[in-house]
Amino acid sequence: MADLVTLTVDGKQIQAPAGTLLIDAAKRAGIEIPAFCYYEGYSLQAACRMCLVEVEKAPKLLAGCTLPVAEGMVVYTESPAVVAARKTTLEFLLTNHPLDCPVCDKGGECELQDMVFRYGAGESRFTEVKHHVDEKQWSPFVYFDAPRCILCYRCVRVCAEGMGVGALGVVNRGVISEIAPSHGDHLECDECGMCIDICPVGALTSGAYRYKTRPWEMNHVGTICTHCSNGCKTTLGVRNGEIIRANNRDRSGINGEFLCVKGRFGFDFNDNPERLTSPMMRVDGKLEPVSWSTALTAVATRFAEVKQRGGAFGVIGSNHTTNEENYYLQKFARQGLGANNIDHFRTGDVATLVDALSGSSGTLARFDDFYTAKAALVLGVDLAQQQPLLAFKLRENWRHHGLKLFAVTPGPVREDKYATAFTRVEAGQQLAALEPWRDQLKAAGELLIVYGASIKGKAVRDLVAFGASLGIPVKYVPLVDFSNSRGAIDMGLVPELLPGFKPSDQPGLTAPEMLAAANLDVLWIVGANPFERTQPAAQNAFIVVHDLFLTETAQRADVVFPASSAYEKNGTVTNVTGELQKLKAAAKTMGAKSDLEIVGLISKEMGIKTGIWTPDAVFDEIRKTVHGYNVPLPIIATGGAAQTAPVNGRVKVEANPALIQSAGDTLYTSGSLGRYSKALTSVLEYPGQLYHPARGTPVAEEAEASR
Amino acid sequence: MKFSPELDKKLNDLLTRYPEGRQRGALIPMLMFAQDEVGAITKELINEVARRCGVTPLQVDEVVGYYSMMHKKPLGKHHVQVCTNISCLLVGGEELYEHACKKLGIGHKEVTQDGQFSLEEVECMGACSWAPAIQIGYDFHHNVTPERFDQLIDALKKVQ
Amino acid sequence: MLYNEPSPLEVRVLTRRFGLPNSAHIDTYLGTDGYKAFAKALDMTQEQIIEEVKASGLRGRGGAGFPTGMKWGFVPRQSPKPKYIVVNADESEPGTCKDRLLIENDPHQLIEGVLIAALAVGATRGWIYIRGEYRYLIDIMDKALAEAYARGYLGQNILGRGFHFDLYTHTGAGAYECGEESALLESLEGKRGVPRIRPPFPAVSGAFQSPTILNNVETFCAVPPILLDGAAKFAAYGTPKNGGTRLFCLSGHVNKPGVYELPMGFNLLRMINEVGGGMRGGKKLKAVIPGGSSCPVLKAEECDLPMDFDSLMKAKSMLGSGGVVVMDETTDMVKAALRIMKFYAHESCGWCIPCREGTTWLKKLLSRLDEGRGTRADIDLVGDLSKNMLGRTFCPLGDAAAMPTISFVEKFRDEFEAKVARYAAAAGSAEPRLISLAQ
Ligand SMILES: Cc1cc2nc3c(=O)[nH]c(=O)nc-3n(C[C@H](O)[C@H](O)[C@H](O)COP(=O)(O)O)c2cc1C
Ligand code: SF4
Ligand code: FES
Repeated sequence: MADLVTLTVDGKQIQAPAGTLLIDAAKRAGIEIPAFCYYEGYSLQAACRMCLVEVEKAPKLLAGCTLPVAEGMVVYTESPAVVAARKTTLEFLLTNHPLDCPVCDKGGECELQDMVFRYGAGESRFTEVKHHVDEKQWSPFVYFDAPRCILCYRCVRVCAEGMGVGALGVVNRGVISEIAPSHGDHLECDECGMCIDICPVGALTSGAYRYKTRPWEMNHVGTICTHCSNGCKTTLGVRNGEIIRANNRDRSGINGEFLCVKGRFGFDFNDNPERLTSPMMRVDGKLEPVSWSTALTAVATRFAEVKQRGGAFGVIGSNHTTNEENYYLQKFARQGLGANNIDHFRTGDVATLVDALSGSSGTLARFDDFYTAKAALVLGVDLAQQQPLLAFKLRENWRHHGLKLFAVTPGPVREDKYATAFTRVEAGQQLAALEPWRDQLKAAGELLIVYGASIKGKAVRDLVAFGASLGIPVKYVPLVDFSNSRGAIDMGLVPELLPGFKPSDQPGLTAPEMLAAANLDVLWIVGANPFERTQPAAQNAFIVVHDLFLTETAQRADVVFPASSAYEKNGTVTNVTGELQKLKAAAKTMGAKSDLEIVGLISKEMGIKTGIWTPDAVFDEIRKTVHGYNVPLPIIATGGAAQTAPVNGRVKVEANPALIQSAGDTLYTSGSLGRYSKALTSVLEYPGQLYHPARGTPVAEEAEASR
Repeated sequence: MKFSPELDKKLNDLLTRYPEGRQRGALIPMLMFAQDEVGAITKELINEVARRCGVTPLQVDEVVGYYSMMHKKPLGKHHVQVCTNISCLLVGGEELYEHACKKLGIGHKEVTQDGQFSLEEVECMGACSWAPAIQIGYDFHHNVTPERFDQLIDALKKVQ
Repeated sequence: MLYNEPSPLEVRVLTRRFGLPNSAHIDTYLGTDGYKAFAKALDMTQEQIIEEVKASGLRGRGGAGFPTGMKWGFVPRQSPKPKYIVVNADESEPGTCKDRLLIENDPHQLIEGVLIAALAVGATRGWIYIRGEYRYLIDIMDKALAEAYARGYLGQNILGRGFHFDLYTHTGAGAYECGEESALLESLEGKRGVPRIRPPFPAVSGAFQSPTILNNVETFCAVPPILLDGAAKFAAYGTPKNGGTRLFCLSGHVNKPGVYELPMGFNLLRMINEVGGGMRGGKKLKAVIPGGSSCPVLKAEECDLPMDFDSLMKAKSMLGSGGVVVMDETTDMVKAALRIMKFYAHESCGWCIPCREGTTWLKKLLSRLDEGRGTRADIDLVGDLSKNMLGRTFCPLGDAAAMPTISFVEKFRDEFEAKVARYAAAAGSAEPRLISLAQ
């Protein structure tokens, strides 16, 4: 860390590391220097001139966004000269701005509006004709209104530097300079919508949100994205129970300004007309809507009867349900029904890693490691497509700290563009491919290993052995696919393990085995869609399904319970790096209930005491009983992320690697859920393809840009 | 994209003039020399130059839009550029430009029906001491009077 | 080729070979002391070369007038990166047409100047950035470069002295802003001509992020004479701290406009009357733009002054690029101000708000005033907006647009008023119109 210098800002003595930019130093000291083009973490522009400040002994005003602090510097950020300059800059800015605020989506959230208000630049002396250009649609989501654009170049930078895509540029010169999309009249990109969020004005607007409402008419609920395992914080804008926007403009949560296309636009499955709003029961072969009590009684009676005669239950849980739901489900199944056939579809081999790490110097990585690690090894995954936030963080690490990245993948990935080295290798040969890099990896002094589902069982142990042989600190991330895959394993939604990786003394059938077993009397499927690929062998099993939609699985059920979505419930989920975060109910679907409540009601109906089924009560029990989940409450309560720490010790059971399968989702798909999102299915790029030649700008340029 | 052997050689040579890995440096010269042969900066040319310099077509497009001498639409066979900037203005540059409009029957950035001539009112071309000045294509003509202008144009018409 | 009669008052140092038969050919050059200065430099240390240039009092001829020797001194001696030389031959400042002649008539003098600079800092490559309109100069320069390579003055192991240097031409494509050094470097790298944040300055991080010496054509061309005849002799041509001669581009309402090489500090009125043959048609002098359109205009009564950097600074103008634009009593100063602003609005790169929006607003405002559709408030607004741009833009182009405009309004307000009066008489109200954002 550079040594501290002392300077005076608006009469206030402040300290900052030498070389810190004035605008940052001031901000840390609580002094906000206004700016449009400056955006922390991205390359400097000094284009908007809003951050001009007065510096003693300087002949003219200086731009605070490019001015490194120096010992003894005396700065005034709101002196009359400075205020006058800002006022005139705004006056210049407004000459070609349409001032159509009343009909602009950004009205109320517009940085330009705020700035004009702050400096009272409401009066304009501009009486000439404005330069007009018609609004354009660049993709289902991205609309561009050139006259509103103030050319702060934030969108261009977030796309090239942040996303590594480079689908936005600047064309023309002077006053007719304009932001332009990658393909002349349209965009071909990640459709992440980062450009929309980062735009300080209403130049870039969202096709999903346009003209739907005014910001102040919405409730803003911060929760966790339900699509992939990265666990991005997303702020849902809700009006009369309907979600109309998702963004993260406040840069809160582990993802900062980041959200991918699924997080930002894929929320619309929630209001899909096909949502189930009432339980259904099979009446002479057809599924008919019935009341909750009818459905619950039917299920409870059948469960009790099967339990009575010691019949066989099969329970398949979900990668999307909350920790509380998973914990409660397995508790009720195991203790209440005496059912040990309980599993879910596993997308990563976490258990073997936890076991392999016991007694080794290696550890599980935390999310922060993606931004701080000196070197990273990416194995068998199209990171930018399958783990978008992790990819974003690694890119940021490379931009800010010069991360050394090594990629071993079956096909081209975006990481190639800034990788120190990369090779094309099919599953199985990955380890061999690492040997040539041994010395480079050693030299890095510390390593983060991120690997996909193709590395499982023995391969995981070999990988850990390789890591240990480097003789440097090595951290691991076993990649998983869905919003709570980690939570499913940690909560014991597997036959061989109880919550907290405790071996079960009577392990039951695995999911594939359950589907293959002809003798099951009950098949209870909570939020999964196994029949999409496999039909169950048990011809006369009583099938109970919880789901949002009438999926292939629900269609075969005897009883279907309409489940609430993740955006409709409270509870906690655990992301791919073991960060525990809180879901906050934002919307409501009439007739649907959370899986926790449904299981609770069945248990009650059967007169079995499984405990109170409120999320808080169950979470409390989890904290007390599940190893590694005793996380500090305040962090969770305030919407933060707390690292869970599963045992770093032997996991005495060996799971069959064949059970582990990546869902193979792309940026634009999300298991069965994604099919019900009009937004996702409407983009040109849908469904996309893994390992296709990555789009983006040549790295050399990108690297320079960020210096 | 197909270029004449000479141009193709030229473009390859340009790539050798810049430090290793920085071949993007050749981008602007490539566009300028290719434009002379192709007649305009077409979409096809943009993609070709992007490929040769190892950048995205958008990065080339950004450049094309910036420079005054890059044209996406074909110009006339003879591109007549009349300077009306300060030194020329003082000694009849504006009158000369108006005369040119009449003589050619076209205005700023327009092309004659037969595609022979195009006209552009341009900024200082570096002939201030011998003003008013015009450029036809890349050829300078100094101290140009309306009469001299007519002679130049008529001569060009004859050769066709 | 020469486009105007030389003047007997000229001091021919940089232009000594102008007019010689086949003056651009290397044989002509070698026959007239060509590459002797370079040979001399080969036997000097880097420090000695830089000291010599400092002693000559040579200051940048591109506009800013920064001491050249000092600039070369900023290049780090030790650097892991290669070092480069860039010649600024973008010559786009209205009123300026001298670099063109230097390349057309004596390209080898420029090459030799660059070679000496390369020796002084240990550079390995160089580029001559020539504005796109000067295509014919690229052909001339490429031919000269080929000759120099053929005779062993460029390439590997030059003159068997173990010194390697490659020099290339690079064409611009029509952008005044690419004359600004950092925008030029962006353009050289194949990008939009948008200036860079400085520091770092080119001497530390220039072309392709390597230490770079960037100078104007005339600046480099002055170096061979300096080393050949000695710094003292060169310095002596001019006035203290303003060493040498300068190519002045005389244009506008004089009888003999042309490019003339005169000692620094040559009196402006003498330049107009004795070198330029006096005012055309015996008209009265009204004003002079002394160094290209970016410089504040001088009124006739301010013109009795020596043409060097410091004297013009005292007169609150600039020597700039040596473009001396002479205007007689018939000149419409409102129109002149408008034409100049039209240029800057056209050339603004669009990067920063004050320049992008300011120049266009001013252009629209000035054209109304010129057409007599302006008000008194509009005149004040012109001055006011210019001052609001001044010193607040990202690069000096904004200042270049503001400074002359302010001077036109302040020094010739009566002419602006006259046009307004005509309008006011016709239309009545001369009140400023305010629109509020609420509408
Ligand atoms: C807008 C603008 C345009 C410029 N145009 C030129 C130019 O055409 N030629 C030139 O030599 N310098 C030009 N300059 C000055 C250069 O930035 C730079 O100062 C100069 O080339 C340095 O060389 P010198 O020290 O030899 O003068 C321009 C500066 C600005 C701000
Ligand atoms: S002042 Fe700003 S807009 Fe104007 S040329 Fe410089 S950077 Fe571009
Ligand atoms: S002003 Fe016309 S050539 Fe310079």
